Amino acid sequence: MAEIGSFALLLALALSAYSFLAGIVALIYQNHAPAQLAGAAAGRTAALDQGSLISMLRQGSERIGETARRAGIATFAAVLLASIVLVICAFRDDFSIAYILHHSNRDLPGPYKFAVLWSGQEGSLLFWSLLLAAYGFVLRLRYKTDARLFAYASVVLSGVQIFFLLLLNFAAHPFAIVEGTIPADGNGLNPLLQYPEMVIHPPMLYLGYVGFTVPFAFALGALIMKYPGEKWIHITRRWTMVTWAFLTCGVFLGAHWAYSVLGWGGYWGWDPVENASLMPWLTGTAFLHSVMMQEKRGMLKMWNMWLVFATFWLAILGTFLTRSGIISSVHAFAQSSIGDWFAWFLCITLIVFVFFFFKNKSHLRSEHKLESLISRESSFLFNNLLFVLLCFTVLWGTWFPKISELVQGNKVTVGAPFYNRVAIPVALLLLILTAVGPLLAWRKTSLESLKRNFMWPTIGAIAVAIFLMITPQSWGSVFGLKPWQDISYFYSLMAIALCVLVTLTVASEFYRGGRVISKHTGQGMFASMVQLTHRNTRRYGGYIVHFGVVVVIIGFAGAAFNLDKEQEMGYGDKMTIGPYTLICRSYTDDDAPNYASEWAVLDVYKGGKQIDTMTPVRRFYKASRQTSTMPDIRSTLNEDLYLVFEGLNQDNGHPILKAHLNALVMWIWMGVWIMLIGTVLALIPNAPAPVRVPAPARLEPAHAAPVVTGD
Amino acid sequence: MKSSNLKSKLARHRSKSLHTLLLCVAVFALLGAGDPATRFNEIGHQMMCICGCNQILLECNHVGCPASDGMRNELMASVERGDSDSLVEQGFVQKYGPTVLAAPTNKGFDRAAYVIPFAALFFGFTLIVLVIRAWKNRPAPAIADGLRPVRGAELEQFRDQARKETDL
Repeated sequence: MAEIGSFALLLALALSAYSFLAGIVALIYQNHAPAQLAGAAAGRTAALDQGSLISMLRQGSERIGETARRAGIATFAAVLLASIVLVICAFRDDFSIAYILHHSNRDLPGPYKFAVLWSGQEGSLLFWSLLLAAYGFVLRLRYKTDARLFAYASVVLSGVQIFFLLLLNFAAHPFAIVEGTIPADGNGLNPLLQYPEMVIHPPMLYLGYVGFTVPFAFALGALIMKYPGEKWIHITRRWTMVTWAFLTCGVFLGAHWAYSVLGWGGYWGWDPVENASLMPWLTGTAFLHSVMMQEKRGMLKMWNMWLVFATFWLAILGTFLTRSGIISSVHAFAQSSIGDWFAWFLCITLIVFVFFFFKNKSHLRSEHKLESLISRESSFLFNNLLFVLLCFTVLWGTWFPKISELVQGNKVTVGAPFYNRVAIPVALLLLILTAVGPLLAWRKTSLESLKRNFMWPTIGAIAVAIFLMITPQSWGSVFGLKPWQDISYFYSLMAIALCVLVTLTVASEFYRGGRVISKHTGQGMFASMVQLTHRNTRRYGGYIVHFGVVVVIIGFAGAAFNLDKEQEMGYGDKMTIGPYTLICRSYTDDDAPNYASEWAVLDVYKGGKQIDTMTPVRRFYKASRQTSTMPDIRSTLNEDLYLVFEGLNQDNGHPILKAHLNALVMWIWMGVWIMLIGTVLALIPNAPAPVRVPAPARLEPAHAAPVVTGD
Repeated sequence: MKSSNLKSKLARHRSKSLHTLLLCVAVFALLGAGDPATRFNEIGHQMMCICGCNQILLECNHVGCPASDGMRNELMASVERGDSDSLVEQGFVQKYGPTVLAAPTNKGFDRAAYVIPFAALFFGFTLIVLVIRAWKNRPAPAIADGLRPVRGAELEQFRDQARKETDL
């Protein structure tokens, strides 16, 4: 089997190299050769018809281009074959392959054997290559949308694919054979990865990371060919939205996995690997906003080009950070020499992009003209500033330990307290813009209309803030908030008030639009709002995404009210945390083929009434000889009761339990669902505006005008 | 005579207001500061466990962790002794090295960690304001002969009409 896999990888490399080179040859011929060769032919073969020679050459270049396209498609088949072989080897417990030996074992459950594909260095690179080939496959099948632009994008994708296949064939071979005696069983999968979400979190994250190669390929292609018009940006925007949705899903699944498995009670630790996933998300989000400036006003062409490039580059940089070992992280892959390969690749892509940018930047010039500071255009500029600044802050914080080591000779830690101090104020500013932006019109907004649209949402936000301050604390975590007691309370209050502001502005947008349709059609308000959304899915889908972000931020704001407590719990022992009382009913152990486990049984009381029984578990994985906690989490809208079985007291055998009371965490996961629903809505094509045929009599032309939507 | 009385009254009033303000600031600043449990919690969240788990000291969740239990006990002892925050931190840095602090300090080169992002914000903000001003002051594109540019009230009228017809 290993030979088949190795052969498939070599074939994939050859095919993608052909796709790249033949693609370049075809594009060069199409661009330059006809004219030059026609001139030469005119001198040499007077008898030959010039026109037919040019046509022959053009046909020849088109055929070469077609073979390049097909080679790109075949690359997908070859990489898919290699991936299938690796998965089959995992299921067959083929420990003659080093990768399977190090990441699987006989008793590993089936879904995790499938997940072995992306659980280690080599396999995850193969998976990356597979996803890139799959994106390339879709792109090459859809080439008729714009054959030339897609041909350029296909060449760029092949270039990136070559890099990953070179890595797989020569630096991180997933089919490397074990030397000497083959062990009877494998080392097993890392226990932290043996969790259902790990079967979907990496694919989602990688679909996001890899997917940003496609917008980059279109952008670089459009830059090289000096693409006329803005069609490429329409194509790129849809790909970016799909990719962005995958990355959003991946990032939050990662957060949920950390929350459910790592057992420290949090979902985001500002670890370099987490930061690596956040950076392209931030620039990608900035691009999704600024792209509207280019579509609507033809502005920010150069800036958008850089944003697309930065997003792709940061996705690769994140991979470099994870795999090079240059920055220490708890969940980085094993250190290896592939960091150098990534460093070179980053340099080459930067040089190629910068070269073509400066060569063809005159093509990107646009006539910027703003009428007013108070306009949608300005809000997008500030929005982009804040997103890019947040990305810079995360990048700065991630690299600062290394910079500090270079400058002052000692490393420092840059953890959550740093990001709380620096990133939260910027994020709050961004939230203000999220509230104000939709109320601003393109070109110019009068202060009058801003005041009119903004007054009620502002009053609502202030009222909620005052309400949260004056209510008694006994009502729940976020009530009785005294912002002067702690800076985290101040931030939480600000965040919640601004979230209310954004929600009210979004609601007012739906209401105003719905009212117009309702007036024209006589439908009810809800039906009108649905129709409104369907007529401009992008705009109103975007508002739903904003609402999802608001819900997520309310969840983040809850972190200020978290409580935790650690206690040894013998039979009948009690622990009280917040409104909950926990009583230890029992503790025991169990044995399964893959792991042994210790667990406690705790009755949960609230207000004197038993409401639940919880069973936090600690597992010992036999193959890898590592332990892992499986916290038990009881989620409600108000708070999560999060119990961790930390271990046993060696003297008396009593379990040691840690209880966390995490406020509003469920809001984060709900918000992500809303964001994804909004994104899917934004991807649905608009319903056509009703066309009204003017009746010969009665209907006046003014009434016959269709209701037209605008972003 | 009347005016000097008024002046002294105003001065007394000003000094009284200043005292009240200072008292308020002091009360707010000291709220909760003396409670050892609160201080333990606050300082413990500003430090890292040094066992290699990369977790905040009070969030390290390994039973039998070779570092965190001892560090917590040391922290509790320092807080109960009444050591100031900076003294506690200095003691930990001397014993475990600068990586024990969860965030860069406000001294020396570490200060750059905080200054640079806010400097970038200020720089970016200024740049955008300048860019907007420059774009705003650009001359309007030339209009073909015989056509008159639409400005002022007439432009507003067209704009209102366009919004009514197109904006949802």
